[in-house]
Amino acid sequence: MDLAFFSVQLLNGLQYGLLLFLIASGLTLIFGIMGIINLAHGAMYMIGAYLVYDLTLRLGNFWLAILVAIPIAIALGLIIERLFLDTLYKRDHLYQVLLTFGLILVLNEAQRIIWGGDVHRVAVPAPFDASIQLTDNLQYSVYRLFVMGVCLALAGVIYWVMRHTRLGIIIRAGAVNRDMVEGLGINVRTLFTLIFSVGVALTAFAGMIAAPLTSIAPGMGDSILITCFVVVVIGGIGSIKGAFWGAIIIGMATTFGAVLIPSLASMVIYLIMAAVLLVKPRGLFA
Amino acid sequence: MKTFKKTSLATLLSATAMFSAMNVAANEDPVKLGLMLPYSGTYTALGEAITNGVKLAIEQEGGQLGGRDVEYVELDSEADPSKAPQNMSRLVNGDDVDFVIGPVHSGVAMGMLRVAKQTGAITIIPNAGLGAATNELCMPNVFRTSFSMWQDSYPMGKVAYDQGHRKVVTITWDYAGGKEDLTGFEEAFTAEGGEIIEQILVPFPSTEFQSYLTQIASLEPDAVYTFFAGGGGVSFVRDYAAAGLKESIPLLGSGFLTEGNLTALGDAGEGVMTTLHYAETLENDANQSFVSAYENAYGEIPDTYAVQGYDTGMMLVQALSVLGGDTSNQERLIEVLANVHLASPRGPLSFSDSHHPIQNVYLREIRDGKHEVLRMAYENLEVPDDACQM
Repeated sequence: MDLAFFSVQLLNGLQYGLLLFLIASGLTLIFGIMGIINLAHGAMYMIGAYLVYDLTLRLGNFWLAILVAIPIAIALGLIIERLFLDTLYKRDHLYQVLLTFGLILVLNEAQRIIWGGDVHRVAVPAPFDASIQLTDNLQYSVYRLFVMGVCLALAGVIYWVMRHTRLGIIIRAGAVNRDMVEGLGINVRTLFTLIFSVGVALTAFAGMIAAPLTSIAPGMGDSILITCFVVVVIGGIGSIKGAFWGAIIIGMATTFGAVLIPSLASMVIYLIMAAVLLVKPRGLFA
Repeated sequence: MKTFKKTSLATLLSATAMFSAMNVAANEDPVKLGLMLPYSGTYTALGEAITNGVKLAIEQEGGQLGGRDVEYVELDSEADPSKAPQNMSRLVNGDDVDFVIGPVHSGVAMGMLRVAKQTGAITIIPNAGLGAATNELCMPNVFRTSFSMWQDSYPMGKVAYDQGHRKVVTITWDYAGGKEDLTGFEEAFTAEGGEIIEQILVPFPSTEFQSYLTQIASLEPDAVYTFFAGGGGVSFVRDYAAAGLKESIPLLGSGFLTEGNLTALGDAGEGVMTTLHYAETLENDANQSFVSAYENAYGEIPDTYAVQGYDTGMMLVQALSVLGGDTSNQERLIEVLANVHLASPRGPLSFSDSHHPIQNVYLREIRDGKHEVLRMAYENLEVPDDACQM
């Protein structure tokens, strides 16, 4: 493996990992603080992609479509939390799992009714619809670089909020001991609504910016969900830092595993997860 | 003795009356078609296109088969192999259908074939391309109106060699359908004297192709042959074009790469060459009237899946008109079905001894968002079925 090949693969791994982080960050927030296993997380990613596809057609502009789609995604999170989850907090985990599993079916069916079964695409938006020459016969889409930049910036923002704001302190405290936070007079119900909406919005946003890079098809969220659970488990449940490093590890492992050990490519991320759990049963950063 | 005679005569008479009444009833009963197709999930579009095709063919005959009305029982297969035997049993035993039409997914087909074997239900496969269905696992009551993976990829081997390609990289998903497709291409290409320098298998159903494209660029082959379908096909072709590989390394594939995906592919698809048993631009009378009828009925241009549905419908139309709607003698029914000859939109279509279509395969190139037919890639291609015994 020559250096050019290695560096390009490094870039591929980093880009995939950063996108995974964006999707997994919402999952780990909701999982860690609210204790809810949101199985519908992948479906939210799909909804984000379909929203931006639909709105780009209507509005004629990708960036405008994203601006309109984000409030819709937040509203979706808000509605689901207030209307459905809110009634189940006192119940056993199993009820919440059943609810979010039901949401997958509902959202997938809604997708089929609204947008049908065809495969769609969103064109790569200006001014990023260009490519740079990497090697003598390989180009790299500038939009991929842009997506990496956005993911890094959002990771920075999330890190800053968690470390340096009052809200971040409450969230981190909530992840460690929810009852104590409530005892200190924090309104946990509002906090939960906020976390869930933000979590949904982050995932949907990942679907939106990934839309020009992927094909928009029914069931596109189902396979990404499993990968995100692996990321969250490796990083440590509820840890944003863990989700970041977990996503980078999985991104690199998928990329290099595919070309170096092709026979194990489909297993490699699970092998890593098993290895991490053997050494650190609660994840790398829990 | 006298009374016995009387009673037995009466019994005989009433039995005859009942029997003929039943016979009349059988002919007045609607023909029940069980459609076991995906109406949700990744393959929804395929399931819907096939259903549209079947219904169009029967509608054109006044909504009847051999003079009998038609009743459809639509069952969502969810493209889930684990539910296949149970779903098929439900159609055959529960709904008591006369014909089962399905599935799309080869894994589901395996489950269905098992039940078809046990129950003897007449099954027409309008898509699933697993070779075994009309080879190792063939049976008298199973027909296929579509293709096998091998049939659509084999002709491309010679095409690629004739175009001057000598070293080729092949890439597909790591699952049975993809591997069967590559087998057909590799068999023909290496027989001509070409070399497969790398066979890449991507975990199913991943659409994260960047690392493989980097690998292809560093291998510098003369061409790439690929099988992906649906959303995966769109992702692969778009990523391939975005990586700038399309200009230096031609992309070849079996037609499923781009079938039904033309709008989603946009410019990325231009120039991609594929082999398939159909193209919407085929210039024959049957195709031209089919395309316009389909467009009138459903407001969109049909793809190969719609044609496969349509031919399934036409097969039933022809067979039941020969039989006058009488489906009671299964042996005779199977014989008539096996002898169906269609002037299909895809060209002449007949069936081999293993009940697989003998059909043309065309070389197509995407130009201005359409599959233009460059030439015939293989005329009346018959699929190897040495392992079939029935």
